[in-house]
Amino acid sequence: MAAIAQNAAEIRALIGKGRRWDTTFVVLGIICLGIGLLTFATLFFDMAIDGFSRLNPEFFAQFPSRRAGQAGILSAWVGTTLVMLVTAFFAVPLGIGAGVYLEEYAPKHWITDIIEINITNLAGVPSIVYGLLALGLFVYTFGLGQSILTAGLTLALLILPIVIVATREAIRGIPGVIREGAYALGATRWQTVKDHIVPYSMPGILTGVIIGLSRAIGETAPIITIGALTFIAFLPPAPITDVAPYISFEWLKAPFTVMPIQMFNWTSRPEEAFQHNAAAAGFVLVLMTLTMNGLAIWLRYRLRKHIKW
Amino acid sequence: MTSTTMTGLEMAGLPSVVSERLSKKFSRNLKERAIEAVLFFAAFVSVFTTIGIVYVLISESVQFFRHVPIVDFLTDRQWTPLFDDAHFGIIVLLSGTITSSLVALLVAIPMGTVIAIYLSEFATPRAREIAKPILELLSGVPTIVYGYFALLFITPILQTFIPGLPGFSLLSAGLVMGIMIVPYVASISEDAMRAVPMALREGSFAVGATRLQTATRVVFPAAISGVAAAYILGISRAVGETMILAVAAGMQPNLTFNPLEPAATITSFIVQVALGDLPHGSIGYQTIFAAGLTLFLLTLVFNLIGFFMRKHYREAY
Repeated sequence: MAAIAQNAAEIRALIGKGRRWDTTFVVLGIICLGIGLLTFATLFFDMAIDGFSRLNPEFFAQFPSRRAGQAGILSAWVGTTLVMLVTAFFAVPLGIGAGVYLEEYAPKHWITDIIEINITNLAGVPSIVYGLLALGLFVYTFGLGQSILTAGLTLALLILPIVIVATREAIRGIPGVIREGAYALGATRWQTVKDHIVPYSMPGILTGVIIGLSRAIGETAPIITIGALTFIAFLPPAPITDVAPYISFEWLKAPFTVMPIQMFNWTSRPEEAFQHNAAAAGFVLVLMTLTMNGLAIWLRYRLRKHIKW
Repeated sequence: MTSTTMTGLEMAGLPSVVSERLSKKFSRNLKERAIEAVLFFAAFVSVFTTIGIVYVLISESVQFFRHVPIVDFLTDRQWTPLFDDAHFGIIVLLSGTITSSLVALLVAIPMGTVIAIYLSEFATPRAREIAKPILELLSGVPTIVYGYFALLFITPILQTFIPGLPGFSLLSAGLVMGIMIVPYVASISEDAMRAVPMALREGSFAVGATRLQTATRVVFPAAISGVAAAYILGISRAVGETMILAVAAGMQPNLTFNPLEPAATITSFIVQVALGDLPHGSIGYQTIFAAGLTLFLLTLVFNLIGFFMRKHYREAY
């Protein structure tokens, strides 16, 4: 009897030890996640506090200046907006088209395999290499110059894999019966794609597009590589003019700066006053990407909650 | 079958409808084909991009290697491309890249692995629902912001612990780079571990293993090829990271493996040259393409190994 009781005590001790180790690991996991969250919170509030004095309406309405107190991010946020327009214009149709092709059309053979391996590899190419591609190809070979168009195209190529992968994943979530239903009613492949596949996968695609654009907004290295100027005290020509044909595309060829480059410029100056500007610009930048990422997370959450095939 | 139906309909006095539908078939087919061609083109843009990258990097590098023998490029121990006495020893830039990547991986691999095991084996669905967006936020922060954070927040803190640490250092840039890579390593490793069949865990629990024992002795080894892929893709990220290093590690070429020193990396060198105003076609201009080619080949090797390892674990079960 005594032997069994002793055995049970040993087993209980063993179980207790196992439980303690499990708990220790859970705590460790939460600490690691906490370090991540703490880092994010620290950098967010650090920039908010450092840049607080500069975060006023004039900051958004002034050009960069040699005097830190008068410098603003007008040319930077206008540049970022225009570059993003160009990026979205190219990346969205190309990305969705490629995703639809690979999921709905592509036959199983070596060309398709090459395209797939290619996309996976492109997703891992460092962004600065895209900058070199743009410098050699867009700036000098195609003669597009150091313009908004060049920057937009570069970032479009950069985020293309993100949009393609998101499109494919969204399409894969659509059950086969939807396609079969459409074909049964005599729809062609394209009719099935444009009336069913693409509309139903839109939330998923949109999530990918937003995440891609939020990445493009923060990209600095490729834009520096193509030779964007860091001091721009003018705006690109307006897209709407008062003479016929009222729409002008001159802005595509204009020199520009973007938010991350403006921030880099201010960060690398030794004067402390400019570092407050950098903090303020960084805060605005993080707020932009945060909003976009939040939107994407919310969209995905809604999607998971509402769509049940 | 169709012909008999048609005759049947024609006899019934309904010829026009059907034959019209069928005559549309040709134009309808043409449209379908055209659309397929357009979509194929969209998919092929990625191949054009790769061809473009390889073409640009190689054609400019060929010009570069006409001036600089490839042996000098690989063995010279100085990197002074813009001086009169020009030396082009890529090893100098590589030392900075390797040192900063090692620091980053010392942070990212342990933290990423612990988070992945926690999320896949311990966390409740609710905890996972909260934790994943946190990781996504971390990976969504622009790298220039991380660079600012490393230079103006982490470096001063490190300087209080390590007296004599210079204002620019590989250590501070590497640490922040590590935090940046954590979400990446964690999410790929977690994918791999969740792909491990439940039966393996149940078997382990049935013989009396604890959760931690199951996680470290059953699930982790079973998912090892996916986890290794995560590490390798993390290395590729670290090697290609640019702005954190350009801001916080200084841009002085320095042959060192000491993280307490400032040093240039392949990526920050390209940024430094691009910020200046080098004439198109000069040797300085070609240098960044030679550096870029080195970087591209380096990351390509890591990416391909990672790709095939991930493919392997997907097929395993």
